[in-house]
Amino acid sequence: MIKFFLMVNKQGQTRLSKYYEHVEINKRTLLETEVIKSCLSRSNEQCSFIEYKDFKLIYRQYAALFIVVGVNDTENEMAIYEFIHNFVEVLDEYFSRVSELDVSFFHCYEPSFPQYLAKHRPVRIR
Amino acid sequence: MALKMVKGSIDRMFDKNLQDLVRGIRNHKEDEAKYISQCIDEIKQELKQDNIAVKANAVCKLTYLQMLGYDISWAAFNVVEVMSAPKFTFKRIGYLAASQCFHEGTDVIMLTTNQIRKDLSSPSQYDTGVALTGLSCFVTPDLARDLANDIMTLMSHTKPYIRKKAVLIMYKVFLKYPESLRPAFPRLKEKLEDPDPGVQSAAVNVICELARRNPKNYLSLAPLFFKLMTSSTNNWVLIKIIKLFGALTPLEPRLGKKLIEPLTNLIHSTSAMSLLYECVNTVIAVLISLSSGMPNHSASIQLCVQKLRILIEDSDQNLKYLGLLAMSKILRTHPKSVQAHKDLVLQCLDDKDESIRLRALDLLYGMVSKKNLMEIVKKLMMHVDKAEGTAYRDELLTKIIDICSQSNYQHITNFEWYISILVELTRLEGTRHGHLIAAQMLDVAIRVKAIRRFAVSQMSALLDSAHLVASSTQRNGICEVLYAAAWICGEFSEHLQEPQRTLEAMLRPRVTTLPGHIQAVYVQNVVKLYAAILQQKEQAGDSQAAQEATQLLVERLPQFVQSADLEVQERASCILQLVKHVQKLQAKDMPVAEEVSALFAGELNPVAPKAQKKVPVPEGLDLDAWINEPLSDSESEDEAPKAIFHDEEQRPAKQRPPEADEQELARRREARKQEQANNPFYIKSSPSPQKRYQDTPGVDHIPVVQIDLSVPLKVPGMPMSDQYVKLEEERRHQQRLEKDRKRKKKRERERRGTRRHSSLHTESDEDIAPAQRVDIVTEEMPENALPSDEDDKDPNDPYRALDIDLDKPLADSEKLPVQKHRNAETSKSPEKEDVPVVEKKSKKPKKKEKQHKEKERGRGKKEAAGRGEDLDFWLSTTPPAAAPAPEEPGVKASVTAPEEEREEPQGEEQAADEGEQDPEKKPSKHKKKKHKKDKEERPKDKKKSRKKASREGAAEPVENGALDEEPLPPMSSYCLLAENSYIKMTYDIQGSLQEDSRVTVSMVLENQSSSFLKSMELNVLDSLNARLARPEGSSVHDGVPVPFQLPPGISNEAQFVFTIQSIVMAQKLKGTLSFIAKNDEGSTHEKLDFKLHFPCTSYLITTPCYSDAFAKLLESGDLSMSSIKVDGISMSFQNLLAKICFHHHFSVVERVDSCASMYSRSIQGHHVCLLVKKGEKSVSVDGKCNDSTLLSNLLEEMKGTLAQC
Repeated sequence: MIKFFLMVNKQGQTRLSKYYEHVEINKRTLLETEVIKSCLSRSNEQCSFIEYKDFKLIYRQYAALFIVVGVNDTENEMAIYEFIHNFVEVLDEYFSRVSELDVSFFHCYEPSFPQYLAKHRPVRIR
Repeated sequence: MALKMVKGSIDRMFDKNLQDLVRGIRNHKEDEAKYISQCIDEIKQELKQDNIAVKANAVCKLTYLQMLGYDISWAAFNVVEVMSAPKFTFKRIGYLAASQCFHEGTDVIMLTTNQIRKDLSSPSQYDTGVALTGLSCFVTPDLARDLANDIMTLMSHTKPYIRKKAVLIMYKVFLKYPESLRPAFPRLKEKLEDPDPGVQSAAVNVICELARRNPKNYLSLAPLFFKLMTSSTNNWVLIKIIKLFGALTPLEPRLGKKLIEPLTNLIHSTSAMSLLYECVNTVIAVLISLSSGMPNHSASIQLCVQKLRILIEDSDQNLKYLGLLAMSKILRTHPKSVQAHKDLVLQCLDDKDESIRLRALDLLYGMVSKKNLMEIVKKLMMHVDKAEGTAYRDELLTKIIDICSQSNYQHITNFEWYISILVELTRLEGTRHGHLIAAQMLDVAIRVKAIRRFAVSQMSALLDSAHLVASSTQRNGICEVLYAAAWICGEFSEHLQEPQRTLEAMLRPRVTTLPGHIQAVYVQNVVKLYAAILQQKEQAGDSQAAQEATQLLVERLPQFVQSADLEVQERASCILQLVKHVQKLQAKDMPVAEEVSALFAGELNPVAPKAQKKVPVPEGLDLDAWINEPLSDSESEDEAPKAIFHDEEQRPAKQRPPEADEQELARRREARKQEQANNPFYIKSSPSPQKRYQDTPGVDHIPVVQIDLSVPLKVPGMPMSDQYVKLEEERRHQQRLEKDRKRKKKRERERRGTRRHSSLHTESDEDIAPAQRVDIVTEEMPENALPSDEDDKDPNDPYRALDIDLDKPLADSEKLPVQKHRNAETSKSPEKEDVPVVEKKSKKPKKKEKQHKEKERGRGKKEAAGRGEDLDFWLSTTPPAAAPAPEEPGVKASVTAPEEEREEPQGEEQAADEGEQDPEKKPSKHKKKKHKKDKEERPKDKKKSRKKASREGAAEPVENGALDEEPLPPMSSYCLLAENSYIKMTYDIQGSLQEDSRVTVSMVLENQSSSFLKSMELNVLDSLNARLARPEGSSVHDGVPVPFQLPPGISNEAQFVFTIQSIVMAQKLKGTLSFIAKNDEGSTHEKLDFKLHFPCTSYLITTPCYSDAFAKLLESGDLSMSSIKVDGISMSFQNLLAKICFHHHFSVVERVDSCASMYSRSIQGHHVCLLVKKGEKSVSVDGKCNDSTLLSNLLEEMKGTLAQC
């Protein structure tokens, strides 16, 4: 199960956060800082899975933007890894060349995005 | 100009939208907090306005700020206001804000119930969708209870977009309101076969999540999921299903057997790494759940390990990581298979990525054996030296210790080596794990008696080496080892070579810089050492030396007396006085050694960690009651410290009632053995040579210490562990040689005999005898200790509430609460009208709803009963053809998406028959499965009668138990169609209910030749009554292509649909299968003629029937009657019924003794009722049917079947 979905840039600013379980607002900030810290500390040569507390972080980096998904231990890491990419592909198609700024706006400003996402369900998986 | 500025600021005031806010934040990098607080003030102003557009804008900005980490809970009410806006764009903003900031503690949530309900039933799918999405984030138990029914209705919405969301949110509803699970489950199950892949995938996800927590409730769904697994091409769905199976298999090993083949096929074929990974994981889970004695599955394990090796060797770090992760799961059950890849794992230790190295370390833990322990640890020690960063080095250190100490030092053959390793580890800079090393040193020294001498010599060297003490500061955890060193030297001082020297080392002034608790141990053990020296010197008559030792203590102890640490100070001053007293006695030339060493008499025995907890409280003993009434004086104080020094062994003995007789003792001994067997901390007597001493009976089996002289006690120079490796190798070599010599002799002897063994020499684990006969002193456990009963269940686990039996029929009280309008008289305020009544029992569902529910419930019942029994049958068959035929026009794939209720039993049938086909059809391919054939029974009558039993209670005698004793003969409905040297065709016909007058012919084509068969095409000569359904646009003379090719020896199944006009008569159709056979010499066109026979039976569909409905049907008098009688039948009645059920698609309505009523229905809706009676050696069948021709034909066919019985 996915616990949260984060988009954070290299400066540590949260661009998008979505929690699927309630987390106190001040704990969120703390968590996000720690998460991005542990992602930033990793190099390209390291794998994209981080064991963090009692769950796993799966992240992917797109330019200066990190997409981090927190899952519990029953999730298939590889599938989530692919899921992130599919998500970005959908974003890219929707915004035609997505950038960080699109992300910081889209969730409020694009009413049709969920529907778009629904229509273009990512079915391809590596 | 001024006006413009004013206007501008007003504009900004009211029109600053999200984009402006974001831009503003970006422009105020220096004083962001100030800017935002200013914005929040503005927002507060905006929220005070009546204009909903302004409010929505404000809430939108708040949502953004919330995401940045600002608390917006104060605006919760405004969020609700925006949620209730009629315009979708505002509503959406409201719901988004709610989903971000509402939680169970938000009090305004209770205001939203009706708004959400209104939105859920909105005609606009987007209103509904946004409400569902929002609700999923903040659903509370109250909301879940009040809205469960609405959401359940949405699961059948016309739009897949809504259905999908509704299915997903049901999961959250179940979590918050577990009572809703049972009523909603039938519909959820239905969604597994939804035509929309999104909805299907959502349902799979929900059930997968539910099942992972409480798998046993979902076992009955296994056949359905199996079907999905073999037919789905959506990897996301496959992953979930396979994961689900991983959770189910531990409960049902037969399921595992069935899964192995399709899973291995997937492993072979898939290119998706995530899917591969999941398959491997589940195969591992399956193999763990299967008993170990399954030789067939070593191939599967090999396959998994091979694939994982590929993953690990991949340059992609992610795959490497996952490969190692999965490998560690295999390791638990199949260590041998993994050990073969030791090289690879060791290689991963050099990886740049720390998480990969850690995974590799985990693996190593399980890979060690007696044979390779030294080698692996040596490698690890090298890594310790190389490692950068203390965190990883510490991890390495703990792993080394874990690896060596696992299962009671099982793999250590040479403890001297281990002690040397520990000593080497103490040279690590800045580790936090000094206490770990210390604990190991203590543990080994106490428990391995043979090693004490060596340990003491090493420890005294450690105490002596100043480098450790010098570098030890408070923050350096390594000084902890001095604690162990001091204690070991003190406790086992009799083994010390130069006690004087050690004593001096322990009294050095630098010691006072150590942490207090270590100093305390120093002080205490100095005395032990001192006692030993006194004893030694007095025996030698060297009173001079003894006095010198005393003098040393008197001189050095004051430095501890001044210690700031209370413990050290207290002990030191106490001991100082003691020593001074001794000094006085020595001055008078009195022998003191005896008395001083009496202070430390007795030996410490290790006690099992849980020993104390397990001492049972004897009957009648109240631990809280006073033994003696408390006295005012301090007499009892003397008693207390004494008890501490009591030998551990005496404690349980004291509690034993003295009059325990011989029998009682024997019983207890038995109980204790049992307990020991269950206790992981107890060193069990195993057949391994080093522990055989335990087998010797009696109390005085005090372990005999034999130290192999081939290992010198002292190895000069450091590091020593490497030398041990070398020595060990030599020793083993020696051992091997000796063994070989023995073996040779034996062989010689054998050679003279008739038999000859030519076994190759391999060094296995068992071959290696430990260097020392090391006895690990067993940890003590109190006698009659209680077995541990650890309750690891967390009472707060939300998933516990979802542990609900889903197969039980629904009770009336379980209806979901449905919203109900109150009567007009009672509802005084219009606002309250919609508020749902809290107690669900007082609610009456609306009429329409109720009807619907009943239908739903009835169906759920039927299915539940059916599924449960089906599972047994389903599991007992072999898996169906692995590759389902791809869908083609005219060729109907076996998997259909049933819309109608009726289809259910037929679907099961089909799935079951697919399973059935195997044993007969594919003897070549599935030869190894032949042994399973005896299980190929068809307990259908059992199923049906049970079904009935669950429906009507156990009113009539049902032969449930009898079935197990009397296995049914294997049955298959597939019969031979045609055969030549190339191909063998068998077929089965099934009616389909969803389109009347259609039957599906499932044809199994088996390639019997060595040629490759392709371009297969099937054609029949249509009759007036029956015709083959061809792809659109083709003429009646065209054939239908078979959607697969057949490599040699392979069989596959294709399905063809035929349209039948009249079903009252049997039909025969002539047809041809043409194909191209290709082999090395070339390809030839071949064909095979056949005659397809449609018996009337094939138009019948197994339909369960209630006995009351059956009675009504017979009473109606619309049916014509006919009967047959067959003589000379020896088969049992039960098997007979099973045969009729199976071959003629009937179901048992009721059975009493040797008489049964049966029912079936034709695809065109004819009812067929049978009464089957068994006489001595005959069976009579009376039938009633709407159509007399159909009935007589059916009975004729049945006669044929029965005649074979």
